[in-house]
Amino acid sequence: MLAESLAISAVLFTIGVVGVLVHRNAIIIFMCVELMLTAVNLTFVAFSRFYGATGQVFVVFVMTVSAAEAAVGLAIIIAIFRHRQTVNLSDINLMKG
Amino acid sequence: MDQHYPLFYVFHFYLFGVIAIASALAFVTRKSPVAAALWLVNTMFALAALYVMLDADFIAAMQVLVYAGAIMVVFLFVVMLLNLGHPSEIPDARGKWWKLAAAIVGLALLSMVMTISRTRLPESLVMPRDFSVTQAAKYNAVGTIARPLFNEYLLAFELTSVLLLVAIAGAVVLGRGRESNAR
Amino acid sequence: MSLQQVAAQAASHPLSGTVAEWLWLLPVLPLAGFVANGLLSLNSARLGPSDPNAPHHHPHSLAAADAPAISHAEQAGAVGDDHHAVKRHRWAGLTSIIGPGVLVASFLLALSIFFAMKGAPMETPFIQRYFSWMPAGDLQIDAAFQLDQLSMVMVLVITGVGALIHIFSIGYMRDDPGYPRYFAYLNLFVFFMLVLVLGANYPVLFVGWEGVGLCSYLLIGYWFSEKANADAGKKAFIVNRIGDFGFLVAMFLLFANLGVLDFAGVNAKATELQAGGALVTAICLFMFLGCAGKSAQIPLYVWLPDAMAGPTPVSALIHAATMVTAGVYLIARSAVLFSLSPVASLTVAIVGAVTAIFAATIGLKQWDIKKVLAYSTVSQLGYMFIGVGVGAYVSGVFHLVTHAFFKALLFLGAGSVIHAMHVAYHRTHSHDDAQDMRNMGGLRRFMPVTWVLMWIATLAISGIPPFAGFFSKDEILGATFSRAQGSTLASATWLGIPGSSLLYAIYALGLISALLTAIYMTRLMLYTFHGPNRTGATEEGYLHEAPWVMTGPLVVLGVLSLIGGWLNIPKIANDLLGLGPRESLHHWLEPVVGGATARIAAGGHHPSVTLEEILIGAAIVIAVAGIAIAFARLKPARLVPKREARQEEGFERVLLNKYFVDEGYDRAIVNPTYAISRNVLWKGVDNGLIDGFLVNGSAAVARGFGWVGSRLQTGSTGIYAWAVVVGVIAVLGAFTLR
Repeated sequence: MLAESLAISAVLFTIGVVGVLVHRNAIIIFMCVELMLTAVNLTFVAFSRFYGATGQVFVVFVMTVSAAEAAVGLAIIIAIFRHRQTVNLSDINLMKG
Repeated sequence: MDQHYPLFYVFHFYLFGVIAIASALAFVTRKSPVAAALWLVNTMFALAALYVMLDADFIAAMQVLVYAGAIMVVFLFVVMLLNLGHPSEIPDARGKWWKLAAAIVGLALLSMVMTISRTRLPESLVMPRDFSVTQAAKYNAVGTIARPLFNEYLLAFELTSVLLLVAIAGAVVLGRGRESNAR
Repeated sequence: MSLQQVAAQAASHPLSGTVAEWLWLLPVLPLAGFVANGLLSLNSARLGPSDPNAPHHHPHSLAAADAPAISHAEQAGAVGDDHHAVKRHRWAGLTSIIGPGVLVASFLLALSIFFAMKGAPMETPFIQRYFSWMPAGDLQIDAAFQLDQLSMVMVLVITGVGALIHIFSIGYMRDDPGYPRYFAYLNLFVFFMLVLVLGANYPVLFVGWEGVGLCSYLLIGYWFSEKANADAGKKAFIVNRIGDFGFLVAMFLLFANLGVLDFAGVNAKATELQAGGALVTAICLFMFLGCAGKSAQIPLYVWLPDAMAGPTPVSALIHAATMVTAGVYLIARSAVLFSLSPVASLTVAIVGAVTAIFAATIGLKQWDIKKVLAYSTVSQLGYMFIGVGVGAYVSGVFHLVTHAFFKALLFLGAGSVIHAMHVAYHRTHSHDDAQDMRNMGGLRRFMPVTWVLMWIATLAISGIPPFAGFFSKDEILGATFSRAQGSTLASATWLGIPGSSLLYAIYALGLISALLTAIYMTRLMLYTFHGPNRTGATEEGYLHEAPWVMTGPLVVLGVLSLIGGWLNIPKIANDLLGLGPRESLHHWLEPVVGGATARIAAGGHHPSVTLEEILIGAAIVIAVAGIAIAFARLKPARLVPKREARQEEGFERVLLNKYFVDEGYDRAIVNPTYAISRNVLWKGVDNGLIDGFLVNGSAAVARGFGWVGSRLQTGSTGIYAWAVVVGVIAVLGAFTLR
């Protein structure tokens, strides 16, 4: 089952990457990042099944960090929305030069 | 690694795997953020089922509670708050060349990851067959994680709690805005 | 023996400790003259060159046309022989002492060394080693001079004839604004020529070789303000260069296979090479390419007629007596190599023969007096190459010596004639060509001494006994005939043709060339000195003999042309007529080329007395017949001055235009080279590749990198995401591919 788990995890991760590249809506991009993290969680759990409990410990940490990151990231998005009234990344281009 | 699994097990493993991937695909192709978020929740659920099948019960529960129950809820909160729920009129994703390039990149990434994951891992590291089951029998599901967490990884645990504190503070600060200044 | 061993033996050489120790002074004297005259020339460099043949812009004296506005009174010591005061160069007097002076001193030193050599007969050369020039691993080349009988002969000719020509130049170049520059170049030339003949190894010889080529360029283009003169200088140098390439390849082959480049070493080791093999043939043929360039043989002779653009004494010294004989000297020096390769020797002889007759036919129809002499030189050089080609090295060198005498005399005589014509045209401000024979005629009434001396030279070159040319020419033809009868050459095949038939053909070509030589030289004399005068009624009054500073050397050369042949009177003459020291040149050069001559002549036998008499008789008959034909067929009275002459037609026109060889070269070689240079090398490589691709291209690449860098900092998050993903793929790729 290890190989299959890894395969599923790789596919999910790739979908997440493609989603990040393709989308313009900041929230959707954020959610794709969460998807990537979840895929990595699956990898850890799969390894933990065969190689020891350390994998699950890592999953705990990853989830924690992911939660923290989601909170902060969404706060940033709210802050940007207040100024620009949009979450479309193409319109948030103050740094463009 | 060549254990023989019952068909029941294998069938459900693949079933949940397919559900997860299909949900993820649906997730990236939605135009409405709300629909996308809900599809992502579905993906989380399928993954939780997979965790259960991989003998990680506690993690599965955490996945549902934290990811699906907390993080995605926060996402939906923000979407509702900013009134972004409508499917956008202008196309959300970028042009078709961009998509094509992204698809190629994705394929490259996928192939590379698959190749790497095929490397042979040392046999000596493999735990015995029923390891997690015996572990679980010995310590129950939570204990399996708690034991390393509070022993070897105690420092990381403490730091993570600091991280959470900082994140909370940061989120509050950032989210507060400057309405007090706008006169 | 290596050079070191030979040099070590020099301490015990019969010549060491004698005046031969001053050998190095021989070339250093002209070098000092060059430096002194050069400084004098630079000191007054504001005066430019002036070509007396160039069209004048205003009817003032030649010197005044170019000189700045200085009053006539300022020039001290200016003595004019016409009613314009002539501005001689400020340093003319000092230069007249230094320039010829160093040459005379060199000649006297050479004479004393010669007498020392006569008193101490030597088998091995006397080598003076000065310093180690190129020590590079296996390649050990020293700067060294070698004195043996052959180089002594050459040194005497160079310094002797050179001194006479320098003295002649005092009168000829009297009014030239660049007087010291002329003598500086002339001295430099003598220096390089002496280095050439005194060199102890091929590289030192090559230094002299290149140096004389340089001086030839400088002197041909002496009046460089006329484009035609500068072009002629360029042409000479470039055509020489082609030959030099051959010489260099020969040196490379020599070094690669024998490991030595000094003459002593090469002569010792040459027998290691397979006789008649491809290697020694290749070496000799490449060396002959160099000789063909320097000594104006087919196909590289085209520069010599153009070289007549230089002053006439230059033509006498460089292009008659010395530089063009460097090729013959080189072959005589490398006699050992050439004697080992019958094919190469036959090639040399064949090319010499074909050149001789080819140039002779062209000379038949030239109108410019110097051009006739130029083609005559090419033809006589062909004779010399026949000589060294058939292995008669002594005969070739003998003809070199006698040719130096009478050809220098002919050129200097022509110089006197041209000088007189210039003076005459100058008085009447006429712009006619002073060198065209159609404008001359009947000059013997005005220049009797020159007339007599030129006839001596003409008889010498035609081969009438007892004048100089007869003995040398006859020796060459006789040697050819006897080789044809039996020798290594006769038994060899050349491109499938048996050697003996080739040698008979060469002999026949030589005879025909002798006939033609007599004809065109007599034609020159007839048109110039006999018949009615066509210069013009007014000019006639101003024609007169050259001053003694110019005629004196002519007299000396005339005497030498008369008795010079007696250096090497063949045995038969002694037996028949009891004349002179017999075969002294043969004996003199025996230690140097004797071995090689014997190797080539092996298998033959000395011709019988009757055969020799027949051959000599044939030569004399041919020469006399030529002169007689010329007298009978050519009517100087029927000539008209150049400006009224009709255009040549038919074969005459072909001859006059030298078989259109130059035009052929232009079309086949020069123009394609120009086209390739302009289109491929200039536009393609220089502009396109180097400027465009390398220079501008590297700038564009740098700019491109900058552009790429700028694209990374767009401020667009999507691009940043891409960058991250690309980076991840790159890192993963490294892992995957490992």
